Amino acid sequence: MLNCRKATRLLSDRLDRPLTLKENVHLKIHLLWCSGCRNFGGHMHRMRNISRGFVDFGADDTTPDGGE
Amino acid sequence: MLTTGANNSSDAAQGVMLNDHQFLLELREKMLRFTILQLSDRVLAEDVVQEALVGALKNAGSFSAKAALKTWVFAILKNKIADALRQRQRLIAVEQPTDDEADEGEFSDLFNGFGVWRGPAHPIAWGSPEKSMEDAHFWRTFEACMEHLPAQLAKIFMMREFIELTTPEICAELALSETSVHVSLYRARVRLRECLENNWFERGKSCAKLS
Ligand SMILES: [Zn+2]
Repeated sequence: MLNCRKATRLLSDRLDRPLTLKENVHLKIHLLWCSGCRNFGGHMHRMRNISRGFVDFGADDTTPDGGE
Repeated sequence: MLTTGANNSSDAAQGVMLNDHQFLLELREKMLRFTILQLSDRVLAEDVVQEALVGALKNAGSFSAKAALKTWVFAILKNKIADALRQRQRLIAVEQPTDDEADEGEFSDLFNGFGVWRGPAHPIAWGSPEKSMEDAHFWRTFEACMEHLPAQLAKIFMMREFIELTTPEICAELALSETSVHVSLYRARVRLRECLENNWFERGKSCAKLS
């Protein structure tokens, strides 16, 4: 059975390579039981969006001008 | 004539953008921060940014919106950074990370002996990161977390997520095995996730506005 350490590794890997059928099945089953890894999986996708957004938004507002 | 008209209006747009000193200053500053984070070398970063700006602003007239110009400038900048990394790669040997099987004891602060989340490390639900992305404080936290990563992990993470190279491309650049790259990305993401959660998303629950 997959533990959380191995599940998180697959949740990271799937951003970089397609998982095998076996990996996918084990992962999906683990996620049914584990809210921590479900959250972790969501965070992986959000971190990708955040990283892409770093270029578009990040440091846009570097000088706090004391407005508002 | 039609073409002349188009040229005139694009010259005008170019003039507006190039004469907006404040806009150019901010753009330069943002490019520098982005580049220094990845090259950790201010002098080299200055060169790279300057080169990218010169290349990009020659075509500034094709863009009527600042946002579009910025996207274009950063696309060029990413290529320049990739070139700089490639050149430097020949000078610096990259450590092969220890492989998969050796890391059973890794992250023992996060996982117990059975490989299950320890209570305090259990990932929580995040608020809306999309909203965070409009917040300058969030980006300062993000940069601080990036700077906390071990240099080589940060570098591989940035090649993948900022420059958007594929894993095989990173393998080729760094002469690392595919597994090593996957392990490094995993380690970087685990640490970055933890750092963002502890310093932003968790804190946000209790005191949304830290000034
Ligand atoms: Zn789990």
